[in-house]
This record gives sequence, structure tokens and C-alpha cells, in this order.
Amino acid sequence: MKDNKTEKKGFTNWIDERLPIFTFINHNLRDYPTPKNLNYFWNFGSLAGITLVIMIVTGILLAMQYTANTEIAFDSVERIMRDVNNGWLLRYIHMNGASMFFIIVYIHIFRGLYYGSYKYPREILWMLGVVILLLMMATAFMGYVLPWGQMSFWGATVITNLFSAFPIIGDYIVTFLWGGFSVDNPTLSRFFVLHYLLPFAIVGVVALHLVALHQFGSNNPTGLDVKSEGDTIPFHPYYTVKDYLGLGVYLIVFAGLVFFAPNFLGHPDNYIPANPLQTPAHIVPEWYFLPFYAILRAVPDKLLGVLLMFAAVLILFFLPWLDRHRVRSANFRPFYRQFYWLFIINCFVLGWVGAMPAEGIYVLISRVATLYYFGFFLIIMPLLSKFENTPALPSSISAAVISEKFDSKEPAGSETYVK
Amino acid sequence: MLNKILYLFLFLIFTHPHNAGSASSDVDLIEQNWPFNGIFGRFDKASLQRGFKVYSEVCAACHGIRHISYRDLGDIGYSADEIKAIAGEYEVIDGPNDEGDMFTRDAKMSDKFVEPYENEKIARLANNGVYPPDLSLIVKARAGGADYIYSLLNGYKDFPENFEASEGMYYNEYYPGKQIAMPSPIMDEIVEFDDGTEATHLQIARDVTSFLAWTAEPELEVRKSLGVKTLFFLILLTIMLLGVKRKVWKNLD
Amino acid sequence: MSEKDLKDKDTIPSVDEEKRDFLFVTTAGLAVAGGAVTVFSMVDTMNPAKDVLALSTTEVDLSPIEEGQSLTVMWRGKPIFIRHRSEGEISDASNVSVGELKHMASDESRVKNPKWLVVVGVCTHLGCVPLGQKIGDNKGEFGGWFCPCHGSHYDTSGRIRKGPAPLNLEVPPYEFVTDDIIKIG
Repeated sequence: MKDNKTEKKGFTNWIDERLPIFTFINHNLRDYPTPKNLNYFWNFGSLAGITLVIMIVTGILLAMQYTANTEIAFDSVERIMRDVNNGWLLRYIHMNGASMFFIIVYIHIFRGLYYGSYKYPREILWMLGVVILLLMMATAFMGYVLPWGQMSFWGATVITNLFSAFPIIGDYIVTFLWGGFSVDNPTLSRFFVLHYLLPFAIVGVVALHLVALHQFGSNNPTGLDVKSEGDTIPFHPYYTVKDYLGLGVYLIVFAGLVFFAPNFLGHPDNYIPANPLQTPAHIVPEWYFLPFYAILRAVPDKLLGVLLMFAAVLILFFLPWLDRHRVRSANFRPFYRQFYWLFIINCFVLGWVGAMPAEGIYVLISRVATLYYFGFFLIIMPLLSKFENTPALPSSISAAVISEKFDSKEPAGSETYVK
Repeated sequence: MLNKILYLFLFLIFTHPHNAGSASSDVDLIEQNWPFNGIFGRFDKASLQRGFKVYSEVCAACHGIRHISYRDLGDIGYSADEIKAIAGEYEVIDGPNDEGDMFTRDAKMSDKFVEPYENEKIARLANNGVYPPDLSLIVKARAGGADYIYSLLNGYKDFPENFEASEGMYYNEYYPGKQIAMPSPIMDEIVEFDDGTEATHLQIARDVTSFLAWTAEPELEVRKSLGVKTLFFLILLTIMLLGVKRKVWKNLD
Repeated sequence: MSEKDLKDKDTIPSVDEEKRDFLFVTTAGLAVAGGAVTVFSMVDTMNPAKDVLALSTTEVDLSPIEEGQSLTVMWRGKPIFIRHRSEGEISDASNVSVGELKHMASDESRVKNPKWLVVVGVCTHLGCVPLGQKIGDNKGEFGGWFCPCHGSHYDTSGRIRKGPAPLNLEVPPYEFVTDDIIKIG
């Protein structure tokens, strides 16, 4: 004990001996061994974390100016835009930050889907991610209601009415959610409280997400396990500096949106104060809900549509058991790769039909796309798990990196890897 | 894979239905080259002042701009004394005073623009049951923005033959449904501009649209100039970070 | 324990050298400067907004206040004490030797018209509102105001005479628009 004291001097060591936060930081952000072959798609986790912080900070400052009352909510937002110092900047960052958050998180999810990041031993890591997605969706939906514009009001009305699809108890649930007989002041008030609360729940789940991540470390583009120290490099300085670079590029896109097209992803109708007597001619949710909205409308049956829409997210929980193929990375799964890209395109198609009126050819497209969405998870994945043959895998991450250097034209996973 | 993602992202941007919506019309809007468009966009103060004159002499009879205060006119080049004189032409209800009575007084700089009607019911009663919308956010609240407002003001025509026109409605090819309750509000020489600009129909429409673009986004000039600086800073920083990243990763080779 | 030693940076030797690298330093400096500006602009949203600043003037009609009476009006969310002073109160206030005062200020320097005293009605000790405006209030030992929180006595010029308060009652910026109307702020 005495030796130890003479060995470690200084204020940080004095603290660290009693509360090992510096050791913790060292382990998780400094020496943390990380596969050396991560590509830029591994930036999106840290970007999502940074966006969460931006959203919480701007959100707290906005909450200091906003009033959650149907009479003045709209005007209080306009006061922020006009009279509060830099209030327009604050609000536009928060408003576009929500969109940026979903762009980042969707890419993060698609990355996991491509490289098999949900497979053993990272199942819980993946499922915690799905919980974060669900919390984000709830938070974003309630946040959109707060400015109390036409889209806020009618979006809230339509989405809460989804619960009326459930037999017998449906109507009670909806009345309960509203705290009245329509979307009104009690609804706005509770949405504001929950919108403020849930992000902190997200922070908690993110912490668990990181604990689970650091248990086995990051997956990597080859999907191979780390076999020796030669496969890894310390997180700092290599990945810290790479994350900073990614952050720089991200902020350029973010700032471009905030300063030059702040309402590009929004809807003009939300600058009309909420009017319970008049529904806008064409109501659409925010872009990040459009694929799910398309699935909802693809089904002629109300209850089934609602169930399918929820199932579209919840099915992600079961991914580790639907795809049991022993190879993680799609780089080494030529068939899965084709279906994967079709799935991505299909998600965009769903998003696109979600914004179109539910009539004519659009209904047919949305049905086909919905079928493929579920077919990909429920039929293609289990079948490929059984029947897909894969080329020989590189012997290690290092071996893959070296062969990539000598033959950079060929994408990883092509037959040239066979040893 | 990066390329594919990039293409998908571009696809998303271009197919995003940000224009599908309220003002669906089969006629293309008249596109104007507004000075406030583009990343270096600025308002033309003279045009805004003319537009304010059009608003206060024509539009203000039925439409309010309730998010604007008289003091905000300082942004478009009026002096404090001029604003006091403008505000002094309006009366607001204040009170109660020490006797417990409400009273009217001249509007002050800090007051919001006085609305033409006391409440929505009276407004509807005076306008055949139609509520003239508040104009302070109108440019932001309509798909097409300033071009839509400008087109609407220039879109009045006689009813085409065989058109089932309703009582008291006017034909406007840019309005959803083509029938609008507002008669064409402007005509040549309906106002006289202080700066000698000829008050043609097109000029009036352009100036009042500019004014309404300002009422919708008074922060626009500050936003865009700050945006240019921010982007310059971020691009410089990112290029430097790229250098730092390369230098650090060089150690691995 | 030694491999966990925080001071042991030998695992990545090149980094320490490059910390002094020109590019690294300027990049870090630029990023910190940008961050600081961003933080400042965000925190600035908590400062008084334009509409709050715009409400910072109030006009008051003095004609209904009779001699010896006081009026309280609101200005920037704070009470303003306006007292129509009697001849006796004026002479009380101006006959004090300035040198004896805790916070030295002559009565003339605190009024624009000796008949009217205008002060911010907030005790300079810890922000309570002193008594003395209403008939029957305790006006303290010097006939001005008395703060019930911690016993500060103010005279008929609003100057601190006894008690813990360090300063005289503040005189707000105001001007006479006409003989009977003042504009505060």
C-alpha cells in the first residue's frame, strides 16, 4: 500500500485511487483496443452520441422560453424565433437536429445490418439499440407536437388514434392518452413533460449500449473476431481523430441545413396555428416516419395496419435469431448482399410512397414494398442462414487488411481472398 | 459502399416531397429572382418599405401581422421617431386603470401590430364567413413561399366558361381549388410610393411579397451571413482535421 | 498496477512528440475557439430578449398624487416609489450634512424636481420591498422608508441612514416629459 502511494503521485492519481474515473476513461477512450480496419461507417455511433448531446442542450435552453399551453404555445415559439437572442438559431438547430439524428441513426442501423453487428456475441448490444430507436421515435413524435401548428395537431390526432384500432379497450386508451376527448391542453402538457423526460432515458440506455459494446469491442468490416493484438490499435489517437474528422464533415451538412434550408425537411402547414376544425388537405408525418406510415396505409384493415407498423420496428429485436448465418459481414455473403441492397432501396421506396396520396398505383407499390420489408426478415434471412455458401474467409483482420492493400480494386469478400 | 450510400442520400433529397402539400396546383408558379434568395441573400430595404406601405394601406384592412411589433420596423430602416408616428396611428385597449376601467391609448413601439378585427368571429362576419389569415407567417406557411404569394397576387382572371363558380368567389389559377374569397386586392396606382417608384400592379405585388417574406423570416439576413461564416469556419477546420488525421494514421504504415 | 499507470504513455510514443506539432496546435485552437463562440451564442439566449428590453420604459401621470402621498408603479418588474414630498420632508432631506451619511449623496443630486422623489423600491441589502408607501406604514426613524426584513431605515431622500443596507435606494433613469408626466427608463 505504501509503495503504491510513493509510486503514483499527483492530484489525478490521488483521485483515481479513490474514484477510478481516469482509469475508466483511459480504458474506454484511450487504450481501448479497437480493430484497425474500421471504415467511416463506424463514425456514426459517436455522431449519434454527439447529436444526442446537442439535442439535450438546445432542448433545455428552448424549454426555458417555450410555454406548453394551447393558447400561447405557437406564439411562444414565434417569440423564440423573433425576440430571443439567437433564438432562431437555437430552434432551427433543435428542429433540424431531430432530422440529423434520424439520418445518423438509420445509417448506423444499416451499417449494423450490413456487417452483421447484431450477431453473437452482440445480441444485447443490438437490442439496446432498438430500444434507443423506439425511445427516439416517441420523443421525436411528441416534440413535433409542441409548436402547436396544423401538422403538430393533426399528426398528434392521427397517431394517437392508431390506438383506437385495438378492440374493446382502444377507445379508452385514446381518451387516456389525450387526457380528454380530443387532443387538447392536457395532451400538449403531458407531451411536453415526456418530451423533456425521455431523452434522459435515452442517455441511460446509451450508457448500457456502450457497456455492452465495450464487453466485446467493435465489430469490423470483415466481421472477423479480433484474434491477436496485431489486429487492433488503441482508440486514442487513431479513432478519436477519425471521429473528429467525421464530426467536421457532419457539422458542415448540419450547418448547411440550419442556415440555408432550415425548413426544407419540414412542412409549411406547421406555420399555421393548430385549428381543430380544419384538417390540412394532405397530411404527412415527418420524413423519418414515412416508411412506417406507408406500411400502415398499405393494409386495408385498421387493426392489422397498426399491428404491422409496430411490428416493422419490433421485428428488429429478433434479428439475431432470424439471421443465424455463421458469417457476420455481408462482404463475405454475396447473396445476402444482393438482398440487403434491395432491402435498402425498398426502405426508400416505402418512404417515398409514404409521402404520396394513398390512392391508385401508390397503394400497390406500398403493398409490394411492405411484403418485401417483412419477407426480407422472415423468409430471406432464415433461408440464407441455411443455404448460403460463402467464399473462404481471410485468416484474420490483419490478413484482410494486407490483401486489401495489394489488391485495392477488388472489394473485400471477393474470391481473391481464398487462401 | 460509400458511393451507394451517397447516391441514396441524393435520391432521398430529390424525391423528398417538401413541395407536395397544401398549395397543390397544376399551374407552375411565377418564379421571381428575389434578392433574399441564395446563400448571400439580403432584403432590399427600399422594397420592404414600399411593401409595408402597401400592407398598411391595402392588406391591413382585413389581414393582421400579429407576430410583428412596431419596434421591428427598425429592422427595415425606419427611425424610432418614424416608428412612434406609425404606432401612434393605431389604438390599443389597455387597462384596467385605477378606476377599474379598460381604456384605449395610442399604440407604443413595444406593442404588437393592432389586428383589424377584435376576434375571429367578427372577422368571419365581416367577410362572408371567411377568415382572412394572419400574414406574418404566410410566406413560410405556404408551399412555394414568396413565389406563391406573388403568383397569387397576379393570378386573378375571369372565370373560364363552364366553371361552376360559387357566389362571391373569384377565380385565381394559383389558389387550391381555383376559387378564392378575396377579390384581387391590388391594382395600378392603388398606393403612391414615397420614393417615386411607379406603382404598377407588378411592382406592388413584388414589394408587398418582399415585405411579407421579411415578416415571415426577419432573421434571414443575420442567419445567412452567420451561415456563410460558419460554413467557412467548418470547412477550414475539417480540412485541417483531415491533415491531422492523415498525420496520425501515418504512424500505422 | 504498473501497466495501468496513467502516466505511462510509452505505448504510443509518437503522439507526445506530435502534440507540439504546428498543425495539431492550430487545429485544436481553432476548434476550441469555434466551440467557445457556439457556447456563448447559446448561453446568450438566456439574456433578456428583445421584447423584454422593449418594455423598459413606463410613463407615469403625477397629477393625481397629492402632497405627502406616494405612488408605486411597476418598471421592469420592480416597484418604483414616487413620493410627492411636503416642504418639511424636503427640508429634512436637504438639511442633512452629506459627510455624515453612510452612502454620501446630496438631496439635490437625487431629484430633478425637489417636490418629487423617484426611487427604485428595492432595499439595497437583500432585495426586499421597504415599507412606507401606504398611510399607516412604519416609515422608519427618518420618515422615509423602513425595510422589515433586516431593519434598514431610509430617509425622505431614500438614503440609507441606519441598518445593514450598504447603499441608498437607487434612482432610476427618468425624465419629465411635461410638468406632470415622467417617463421612467
